[in-house]
Amino acid sequence: MDGASPAVHPTFPLLEVVGVSKQFAGVAALDDVSLDVRPGEILGLLGENGAGKSTLLKILSGAQPASGGRILLGGAPYQPANPEAARLAGIVTIYQELSLIPTLSVAENIFLGRAPVNGLRLVDWPRMRREARGILSRVGLSLDPDTPVSALSVAEQQLVEIARALSLQSRLIIMDEPTSALTGSEVRRLFGIMHKLRDEGVAIMFVTHRLEEASEMCDRMTVLRDGRLAGHLLREDGPIPVPRIIERMVGRAASELYARPTGTVGSGPVRLSVRGLRTVRAADAPHAIVLDGVDLDLRGGEILGVAGLVGSGRTELARAIFGADPIAAGTITLDGKPVRPGSPAGARDLGIGLVPEDRKQQAIFPMLSIRENFTSASLDLYSGPLGFLASGRELADLAQYRNAMSIRMASPDQSIDGLSGGNQQKVILARWLARDPKVLIVDEPTRGVDVGAKAEVHQILVQLAARGIAVMMISSELPEVLSVSDRIITMRHGRITGEMPAVAATEQRLMTLMALEQPPGDRA
Amino acid sequence: MTMTTGVRTGRISPIRLLKQFGPLLFLFALMLVFALTNEAFLTQLNLFNVARQISITGLIALGMTFVILTAGIDLSVGALLAFCGMVAAVVAKGTTANTLSLGTTEASGWGWSAALFAAVLVGTVAGAIQGGLITLLKVPPFVVTLGGLTVFRGFTLMLSGGGPISGFSAEMRWFGTGLVGPVPVPVIIFVFAALLCHIVLRYTRFGREVYAVGGNAEAARLSGIRVDRVLVAVYMIVGFFCGLAAFVLAARLNSAEAVAGIGYELTVISAVVIGGTSLFGGIGSIGGTVVGAALIGVLVNGLQLNNVSSYTQQVTIGLILIAAVAFDRWLKTRSSG
Repeated sequence: MDGASPAVHPTFPLLEVVGVSKQFAGVAALDDVSLDVRPGEILGLLGENGAGKSTLLKILSGAQPASGGRILLGGAPYQPANPEAARLAGIVTIYQELSLIPTLSVAENIFLGRAPVNGLRLVDWPRMRREARGILSRVGLSLDPDTPVSALSVAEQQLVEIARALSLQSRLIIMDEPTSALTGSEVRRLFGIMHKLRDEGVAIMFVTHRLEEASEMCDRMTVLRDGRLAGHLLREDGPIPVPRIIERMVGRAASELYARPTGTVGSGPVRLSVRGLRTVRAADAPHAIVLDGVDLDLRGGEILGVAGLVGSGRTELARAIFGADPIAAGTITLDGKPVRPGSPAGARDLGIGLVPEDRKQQAIFPMLSIRENFTSASLDLYSGPLGFLASGRELADLAQYRNAMSIRMASPDQSIDGLSGGNQQKVILARWLARDPKVLIVDEPTRGVDVGAKAEVHQILVQLAARGIAVMMISSELPEVLSVSDRIITMRHGRITGEMPAVAATEQRLMTLMALEQPPGDRA
Repeated sequence: MTMTTGVRTGRISPIRLLKQFGPLLFLFALMLVFALTNEAFLTQLNLFNVARQISITGLIALGMTFVILTAGIDLSVGALLAFCGMVAAVVAKGTTANTLSLGTTEASGWGWSAALFAAVLVGTVAGAIQGGLITLLKVPPFVVTLGGLTVFRGFTLMLSGGGPISGFSAEMRWFGTGLVGPVPVPVIIFVFAALLCHIVLRYTRFGREVYAVGGNAEAARLSGIRVDRVLVAVYMIVGFFCGLAAFVLAARLNSAEAVAGIGYELTVISAVVIGGTSLFGGIGSIGGTVVGAALIGVLVNGLQLNNVSSYTQQVTIGLILIAAVAFDRWLKTRSSG
């Protein structure tokens, strides 16, 4: 692994993956997958959750060895023993969870473990800052290299990671869901940088769930399905059409994806009413989003879609109603009675449920069984006066939800960690349904859920509303908001900026209300 | 439509078995070795002797299991044990005077039941205070109980003036030295307590809440579990067991010592961790803790029988602790995919 990289002719692949397989305890996570990446192109890697994308990434980034097949980098066998070896060979993977050290400065992060030294073998700070500034400008960042990483936004941190990759002379940058935490304008900026790097001859592998973005960005795509190659797509005259990608991913027509709107707008009485809701700005989080006077009504039997970009206050609204964050001012009325949840336990006892945004961090207990995950919010209902659990009832109810929601699992005592994202999400939905809530707030219900299970989750939400539950669905995917909701509100800067029936809404109209600066009077 | 790759079936593999029964297999192996190397080991007398030795730290380890399951730690148990024991002695004898004259029965005391009640009450209240500090002031458990360790030891010395308080009634001593048939009373207390804890953890709402809080505190809170209450409760439970263990220890030794229980926190935490409970919370069981405590007890006893010096014993226990955790980590990397 010396520094001299073999010269690669642009038309020859930089990286060739030939018939690679990976088995976990006899189960094939990857089966005979081949692909190649050429210098100066953006290759999309697509597939539903569980299709094998992350396994392939782990192999390429040196986190796991392949079980079979071979990989060539610049024509030479490539078999990284660990992520460090992969980096030295010129392949850098940038994950969703960024790997920078928040307490260190930008420059220190870029040169982590290889800081330039002066004649006394001490860190040459002026040179480090100078070089950091140069690399940062390549990714369009003009910030002080001494800034601690913790002071940067997620988008800026991502660019710093890319800058670090560039400073390592990387030939292939793998980006795993890089846009999932970015706002619209940040995504545009990232895409600009990706185009620039591509034109400079860097190969980029773009892994994403966002098909529109993949379609826009990718020169070619490799689609995986169930661990196997489902096809290669090539950009010809225009971008690769999204329906063609979906067909490859799921093997069926795209029109089946979403549930239809019920068309019964606001049929029930108002269950939840919020007036003038404000939250406090915490001293330790000065950049956090605060609600700035939110009014809304939620009716039984309707699905209210809440559309907003990251940072619009949509999640903060859900958390404030659920009692997870303190409220500074405003009233919440449930079935005509003023309530003040105060804590999630209080909200739960009032009949409010929340399926949180970040399933892994906020919803699942990864080392516990499906059954334990299922009843975590209703232990009071499943236990007698002495606190003993009604295990039989627990299992019987879980079996019902398993059938009703087609949760695919082997056994109720299996660890929930072994389920796919979609099935995990169904268990979390069942967790709240077991309480028969009056109001159910679902925040990004299909994030990290594969396309097939998405439609099922939507179907479940529609059925819940039909049972008279007031459903509030927060989502950053506009097609989802448009097709599942009865009514839609948009949020921006902690306020509601628009409200309309779903039939009258279009993506353009919502995006305008979510993203664009309002006329004077609306503070920035 | 079918996403069979998402479902991993619960097959029984050797790794799974090892994961579940590793410590137990190791215990049997160790017993086999000692049985073969020393004929005194596998006698009824010796085995009950070992059981009695582990029952004191074992009782505390039961409580510690609850705490560690919530990803907490309690370093104060040894000091709290000494304090509770001293309180029990004072209540039993009705005096704080140092008395080394063994055999003097309490003249002005309140009897063994009041002593037991006082020890358990002081332990539980001390646990509640520490739990309260951890949840209300958001001070890490490590720090609160590290402070508690010093505070309780100080209280003990203040109460006794540094010396022991000795000489309890025969009724009280029965809890430490008595036998029911061939079985020592402390062993009966330990087994009973272990069963109770096992049932609570496995079959009750509170047990589920403990696992949930340790498995993911944020998810527990957003499930409506009152996380702070659960945390205070687990520190009360370990405090309760410190009180109970203190009473049994004082009864066994016929004396409460100000220096009792020094270093117990390490033995207790070792027992819990060797038994497979994760220091990161959410994983573990009472059965594991009992095996862990037995493993340490058997190891010490077997090494003693084979005339291995106490210095070497310490080295061995330390190495086994590290090996147990390393083995656990290794199993995790093997089975996760």
